[in-house]
Amino acid sequence: MEKIPILRMGEFLLVTIQVDMHDRLALALQDDLTTRISETGARGVLIDISSLEIVDSFIGRMLGNIAAMSRVLDAQTVVVGMRPAVAITLVELGMSLTGVKTALNVDAGMELLRSAVDGEREFYGSRF
Amino acid sequence: MAVVSSETVSVANETDVVTVRRRVREVAGTLGFSLVDQTKVVTAASELARNTLLHGGGGVMELTTLNGPRLGIRLTFEDKGPGIPDIQLALRDGFTTGSGLGLGLGGAKRLVNEFEVVSRVGEGTKVTIVRWK
Repeated sequence: MEKIPILRMGEFLLVTIQVDMHDRLALALQDDLTTRISETGARGVLIDISSLEIVDSFIGRMLGNIAAMSRVLDAQTVVVGMRPAVAITLVELGMSLTGVKTALNVDAGMELLRSAVDGEREFYGSRF
Repeated sequence: MAVVSSETVSVANETDVVTVRRRVREVAGTLGFSLVDQTKVVTAASELARNTLLHGGGGVMELTTLNGPRLGIRLTFEDKGPGIPDIQLALRDGFTTGSGLGLGLGGAKRLVNEFEVVSRVGEGTKVTIVRWK
């Protein structure tokens, strides 16, 4: 079966969605990412959706689920690269992706992840 | 309202939903829809195709291009599923009989210019949308 590759970079996992996903592929990504966070102890997940021409309610829900599941597993999720037309459509559709952190591009997303993880380290002390 | 061309796309599995999106995108692009309008009509088509598949047990989409008064795209999703007993309720955001968010029907309606649902319990459902250029 087709799979979306998940790359590991230090304490972060990176996903670039480059295909028009059918629903089962989106669910498989959700499961794979959750498993990988748990296996690797990753502190952050960056999902690049700049190739996606649409985000409908199903993909929107998947992004929300990934953010919620990673949060429970002590990791942060940032979704980056949403096209402006996709953002307009998504909000009109009725989804505002509440609870999902977003950034304009990969660089800004990585910075957001780093500062979120560093912020937690300061808060919890040196055990990390 | 003059029909320029018409074609039928099967909606029988998840891969067909992807085909629906691609085909609607191609036609909307050919008609010269703006990127935002293309995205809206493709997203609406994706929601309705998924409804046809999940709630209607599969069906077909008829894709028609219109010319007059303006250029437009008309999509009709038809299934022979269980039908919708209460359409007003089905259109309400957050209402779902499945595992989704309940944004499909109402959300699709907000993304297009014309929207019509005809449904008979036990016979099936037909949803027609039009997006004008």
